[in-house]
Amino acid sequence: MTLDGSTVLVTGASGMLGGAVARTLAARGARVRTFQRRPAHVDGAHDVLGSLTDSVAVERAVDGCDAVVHLAAKVDITGPEHEYRQVNVEGTRHLLAAARASGARRFVQVSSPSVAHIGGSLVGAPAGPAEPGLARGPYARTKAAAELLALAADSDAMRVVAVRPHVVWGPGDTQLVGRVVARARAGRLPVLGSGAPLIDTTYVDNAADALVAAVTAPDDVCGQAYVVTNGEPRPVVELLRAICAASGAPAPRVHVPGVVARALGGGLDAVWARLPLAGEPPLTRFVAEQLSTAHWFDQRRTREALGWSPRVSLDEGLARLAAASASA
Amino acid sequence: MSSADGRRAPASLPPAGLPGLDPAWSRLVDVPGSGTWHVLDNRDALPAEPVGTILCVHGNPTWSYLWRRLVAAGARADRPWRVVAVDQLGMGFSERDGRVRRLEDRVADLGALTKELGLEGPVVTAGHDWGGVVSLGWAAEHRDVLAGVVLLNTAIHLPPGDRAPAVLRPAMAPGVRTASTVTTTAFLDTTLALAHPTLAPDVRAAFRAPYRTADRRQAIGDFVADIPATADHPSRPTLDRIAAAVSTFDVPALLLWGARDPVFSDRFLDDLSVRLPHADVHRSPRAGHLVGEDEDLAGGVLQWLDARLSAASPQEETPVDASWTPLGAALADRQDDDGPALVELHGGRTRTIPWSLLATRVDELARGLVTLGVQTGDRVAVLVPPGGDLTAVLYACLRIGAVVVVADAGLGVRGLSRAVRSARPAAVVGIERALVAARALGWSSTLVAAGPVRRRLRRALGVVATLPEVADLGRVSAVDLPTPGPGDEAAVLFTSGSTGPAKGAVYTQRGLSAMRDAVGRTYGVGPDHPFVAAFAPFALLGPALGATTASPDMDVTAPRTLTARALADAVRAIDGRVVFASPAALAGVLATQGDLTPADRAALAEVTTFLSAGAPVPERLLAEAAELLPRAALHTPYGMTEMLPVTDIDLAGIRAAGPGDGVCVGRPVAGADVRISALDADGCATGEPTAEPGVVGEVLVSGPHRKVRYDRLWLTEQASSRDPGAHRTGDVGHLDAEGRLWVEGRLAHVVVTADGVVTPVGVEQRVDEVPGVVRSAGVGVGPRGTQQLVVVVEPQAPAREVVADEQLAAAVRAAVAPLRVAAVLVAARLPTDVRHNSKIDRAAVAAWADAVLAGRRARL
Repeated sequence: MTLDGSTVLVTGASGMLGGAVARTLAARGARVRTFQRRPAHVDGAHDVLGSLTDSVAVERAVDGCDAVVHLAAKVDITGPEHEYRQVNVEGTRHLLAAARASGARRFVQVSSPSVAHIGGSLVGAPAGPAEPGLARGPYARTKAAAELLALAADSDAMRVVAVRPHVVWGPGDTQLVGRVVARARAGRLPVLGSGAPLIDTTYVDNAADALVAAVTAPDDVCGQAYVVTNGEPRPVVELLRAICAASGAPAPRVHVPGVVARALGGGLDAVWARLPLAGEPPLTRFVAEQLSTAHWFDQRRTREALGWSPRVSLDEGLARLAAASASA
Repeated sequence: MSSADGRRAPASLPPAGLPGLDPAWSRLVDVPGSGTWHVLDNRDALPAEPVGTILCVHGNPTWSYLWRRLVAAGARADRPWRVVAVDQLGMGFSERDGRVRRLEDRVADLGALTKELGLEGPVVTAGHDWGGVVSLGWAAEHRDVLAGVVLLNTAIHLPPGDRAPAVLRPAMAPGVRTASTVTTTAFLDTTLALAHPTLAPDVRAAFRAPYRTADRRQAIGDFVADIPATADHPSRPTLDRIAAAVSTFDVPALLLWGARDPVFSDRFLDDLSVRLPHADVHRSPRAGHLVGEDEDLAGGVLQWLDARLSAASPQEETPVDASWTPLGAALADRQDDDGPALVELHGGRTRTIPWSLLATRVDELARGLVTLGVQTGDRVAVLVPPGGDLTAVLYACLRIGAVVVVADAGLGVRGLSRAVRSARPAAVVGIERALVAARALGWSSTLVAAGPVRRRLRRALGVVATLPEVADLGRVSAVDLPTPGPGDEAAVLFTSGSTGPAKGAVYTQRGLSAMRDAVGRTYGVGPDHPFVAAFAPFALLGPALGATTASPDMDVTAPRTLTARALADAVRAIDGRVVFASPAALAGVLATQGDLTPADRAALAEVTTFLSAGAPVPERLLAEAAELLPRAALHTPYGMTEMLPVTDIDLAGIRAAGPGDGVCVGRPVAGADVRISALDADGCATGEPTAEPGVVGEVLVSGPHRKVRYDRLWLTEQASSRDPGAHRTGDVGHLDAEGRLWVEGRLAHVVVTADGVVTPVGVEQRVDEVPGVVRSAGVGVGPRGTQQLVVVVEPQAPAREVVADEQLAAAVRAAVAPLRVAAVLVAARLPTDVRHNSKIDRAAVAAWADAVLAGRRARL
């Protein structure tokens, strides 16, 4: 399908990536509607406010749309699983049904490589099948279930494609950059083990381009999941240092052996689950594992199917991050 | 004790899910009067009419699972083969009827099965272990349909007085046999443990699947009991009959052998080679008893069938140059010349061997060897340090067409033994130490001593003669010397082992003569142009070139011991203008140049050609040499054991070429040709050989001084010479517009990224220029096709962390841009190969980087 003149719904546009997707679509001539709980502040886009768990609001948002890019999700690292399920699984189920009913022809399910990750290192990995029973943590498990729902809904009337951007970051990012910088400033950013495991990430503009490419990609590539990254893995310690340097935060200094970190993280997970403590534990087992194993992917299939390749290199992205934080 | 009833079990299908096994292949075939067989048969999967059938027979204690890859591969689109792999009765998933079967029964049973299957020709039999004997027994009775035989680690003959393969003996002692083979899984487990590398757990489990209970293992014990270990064993007559029949086979034969087999050792391969002299042999030094698990058996067998059973006529090389001058011709011509042939400087003394003496000595040794029974085509391993004796023995062997087997002591005792043993020498000529090893390690039974040997040891070793005695024999002998032809084999030269287990490169008489001519033409040595050989192999070529050769005072086994003064003395001794040396010898000379007298310097200043060969030489070393040898052109050749020299370049040429991707090794020498087979996106050298500039790919070399084949490595030879007339070197590089070759690394070390193929040497050269870097390795991590380029640096100053700091990482990335580097790692010391101590072991570095970058702990 072409973007020019068509109406595209972007859910979760108040986030960094959702906002970037909405802006990119608008710039490419689409009529953009956004759907989330608070205003998205995207110029030229029409905000529909509401929650994914509210089926009436969902139907209103999707009515008359040609395509949907579904980013809205509960993305935290901790919390009770049923809350994730309600938003990530049931919310997606509502949205799929409503989109199909209103005649949308393309549905882009924004997913995550973590849906297929059942532990250990990912080294040049392909996009494996989503594993709702085996994925690590409530976010990944519920996103896995949601991806399976979405791909099962792929039909001639509405083509569904799942895109899994890996570790999206950029100026204004509260997830990776925000957390790294906050911890570095507090002197609590450890390097686990050697800090050598290779981690691939995705600069926000590249992820947005890939999602827009998924809206216009040929029908025959739909019904499948694609991992999206910059294709530039780096040792985790190098990434942390670079993000800190670009953000004006002190470099990580404390080195914690990987085994210790995982044990520590596991203990803290348990404590946080039992005590009414606010916010996130300083280091969860999940995070510890993420930081001490490799995560990078084979990008050949994605690039060919979506006809997309990253425009912004890692170094260019870091320069943009530095420029943004200097002007902030 | 289990009852006979307990041992009975009907045939069944294997359980589902065994790795590599398609359930659709399995059939149960009821053969009246014999039993119900389980067989694997790819008939229904064949895409077209098959060329023929491969009938596969497993040994003890395996089952048809052993042949699964061949069953799968046979059903290829082009020229498919039907593959029938049987489970012998009582074994695998075939019926257990409680009967004890002897060899004769097994051969008859197999015949009944193939009759039931209606198997028609052509049939190629394939057998492993004791299944080899059964398959040959079938073959002997079905000569009308027999088209070929394939044998994997088997034995057809137990020599009289011999008992059985040593490892099997305990299992054959009656009391122990039942315990080890039937009651327990000891024999089964021991056999499965013979795989190199270790079997994957699921494959191992699949091999064990039919032998879960003692009742199901009864036939394993019966099989061992049926080994005709003694002369009066009931199966002995059958075995002897089969063995005799095999000697009359004239169909193509392939012997695929794992050399690391404690059961079926080399002597069984030797026996089969004698019975089937036309057989193609692939003896893999890495593989063991389960050679089919260790090697790509399926690909190898099909490739062999294509080569030997297809209608296409064999590709025979037409000689490039019909005229041929034997290697020893120049020496023989100077039988009456009392001028110096060899000048050996040692400890302040000079020993001069005149042409007349050397020629006479060679003639005497040649006659003496013939008198001792050495014949044209016999192999003679020569383990003698460089010097007059070595030179004389080599020329004597070449004179009579005996094939000299030469391996470098640098391989170490194990590597050397593996190499010499694999060449099956009829005789060994060696110094005392070598003869001790030859006897202990079973290289050969005929030993000739070079140099002193203690009398008692001589008797203990069974030395037949010393070299002086051989010469004495020759002096009084009236035998006619045979006249070898240009196409006869002349030498088996072993590779250095720096790129895998040493391989024997076979040269013909013509090939060695061509090597002489290439060296003579390229470096201007000949009758009126004497040279100094500070690198021993060149000393051997002197007599062939008719050039007086001086050997400087040095320990030839440690080239670094060459001093500047010793070199100057040697130059003066023959008024030489040409010096052949190695990088280590050159380093020794440069390190001691302070000791030179003005007269020494004057002598060295007369040198016009200096060659450094044997290992890559850093340009810096050549530049230093230029100051010491102001008039000399400083050459370094490129080549390998399989062809030397291929190209040549001198310091001026290196400087003119300037920096580039890889090491510039110059233009092909006269008679040599270099082509490139382009790499595809997967990093495989699939391109048509081309001389087009800029194409990056595997380097192919050809010329008259090339090996004709690898020795007893049929599959390796097929791969290396799949382009007619050329040798695939395993090096990657490109030709430039001036026709110069640039070497960019090894094919096995290319990094295959999603953006294209990256060769390591160019990356390393640029990184080595970064301040603070001693040396570096460019390697790939991750799956081929989407690999990431990683640079591992050995820094001048020790670093604490594995991941390079920001400055170093940034400098390395800038140096190799626009290539993208995922990680820059730091290692205190990069491993180098044992042989040259100069080639970085990129495979080891890559494995380490792969582990570290995946978050695993690893040591380098």
